[in-house]
Amino acid sequence: MPDPGTPAVERAFRESSGRAVATLVRLFGDIDLAEEAVQEAFATAAERWPETGVPPNPGGWITTTARNKALDRLRRESSRYGREAQAVLLREQTSPAREEEPVPDDRLRLIFTCCHPALGAEAQLALTLRLVAGLQTPEIARAFLTPEPTIAQRLVRAKRKIRDAKIPYRMPRDAELTSRLPFVLAVVYLVFNEGYTASAGDELVRTELCAEAIRLARLLAELMPDEPEVRGLLALLLLTEARRPARTGADGSLVRLADQDRTRWDRAMIAEGQDLVRGCLRRNQPGPYQLQAAINAVHADAPAAAATDWRQILALYDQLSALVPTPVVALNRCVAVAEVHGPGVALGLLGQLDLDGYHLFHATRADLLRRLGRAAEAAAAYDAAIRCAANGAERAFLIRQRDALGPRPRPAG
Amino acid sequence: MTQYLLAVHSVEGQPMPSEEQMQQAYKAVGALNSELQSAGVWVFAGGLLPPSSATVVRAQGGQIVTTDGPFAETKEQLGGFWIIDVADLDAALDWARKATVACANPVEIRPFQEV
Repeated sequence: MPDPGTPAVERAFRESSGRAVATLVRLFGDIDLAEEAVQEAFATAAERWPETGVPPNPGGWITTTARNKALDRLRRESSRYGREAQAVLLREQTSPAREEEPVPDDRLRLIFTCCHPALGAEAQLALTLRLVAGLQTPEIARAFLTPEPTIAQRLVRAKRKIRDAKIPYRMPRDAELTSRLPFVLAVVYLVFNEGYTASAGDELVRTELCAEAIRLARLLAELMPDEPEVRGLLALLLLTEARRPARTGADGSLVRLADQDRTRWDRAMIAEGQDLVRGCLRRNQPGPYQLQAAINAVHADAPAAAATDWRQILALYDQLSALVPTPVVALNRCVAVAEVHGPGVALGLLGQLDLDGYHLFHATRADLLRRLGRAAEAAAAYDAAIRCAANGAERAFLIRQRDALGPRPRPAG
Repeated sequence: MTQYLLAVHSVEGQPMPSEEQMQQAYKAVGALNSELQSAGVWVFAGGLLPPSSATVVRAQGGQIVTTDGPFAETKEQLGGFWIIDVADLDAALDWARKATVACANPVEIRPFQEV
């Protein structure tokens, strides 16, 4: 691992690391061997580049060097690695070494391997960040506030399962792609969400995870240009991320969408996101990510909160809840219902949802009760929301909302 | 190629399937067996009699102790299995999906050690 140095060097490291690991996994069929060899190649680069200068194609240099390192390792300790890797060694001895050309599909294959449904969700997440995004184990541990040994063990077990159970390195066939793609998209979305509202801790946003998720979504969109849901996911992430600068106050506190200073939204990201949404609308193959992106595009269109086209948002939520009939979608739909048909109607719908452990359920309920003038019930709902919220900034926001209701009425009796 | 065990887990205490359901499962499993054989991936398969028919032997203090009944007193027991020889986990999963439908029970997929 080279000295991280400037962010540009770090980024270059991550990008070429993901590419090189993916190419070596294709060549040798062994993740550990690929990772070790790429690490060695970077160590060599850190030694040599300061003297020789950075080669014209650093990524190609890393991949070719890593391949040669892997071959050296195979020669030295061939029994440590699988049969497939040994077969490569045999092939190499008969055909001369050449410059290693990366195949664009390498990383795609690796993503599908990392997000294989035979691996647990947490393992999928850690593997994707490590192998595809090029994050180091301590970085992943820090990002998820998980002890480093836990992440390390998760990675070891996942890699062992890939090897032992022979999870293949390949793109799913067409018929299977539809059922496998959602796993990949879910991992990217999870990385983003974990960054956008950290599930624990006091900081609201962990920017590096959001950036990483957008980078992965861009990569997927580039590699699978014909999948509308991939574009939908990228649009959703961009439109959400665009609001980040306005989402926290100067003191780090949470600012609601309705109260945000919209001049602080990132216009370039919004334009890119809206462009993608328009492309999706033209294709007319709606899916959950595209619809969520479209909802965010409507928000982005409104110059002020009061100018939001809630009817259109509600129509999109109707479509979304038909596709994804989950309580969380129904909860978000309630927010739109409240704007179009009033808080009373929304409160009635909310009563049918079973989301007792979810802080946003109680927060939404509290807000509706407040708007209906039922302060005592609203305060109790805020209390429930505060109990369920794990993020410090969110909790602080809810406490402020509760206290803004005024002095607590004395308990009856 | 890798050999995989497709183990059928049956949960005891579940309501007994009807005669008709049993016949249907036998027929479906028979059809799957033929399909496995003609695809050239079949190694072995068989259904097991209930755990009450099991006997356990173990070496203990230099002696072989024999006990009646299954080794683990759990509700979930091995009900039968297939052994197939296929390229990778995705291929094994394809067959396992058919298997779980045919035998109407959960199927666990485990690779054999390479020899």
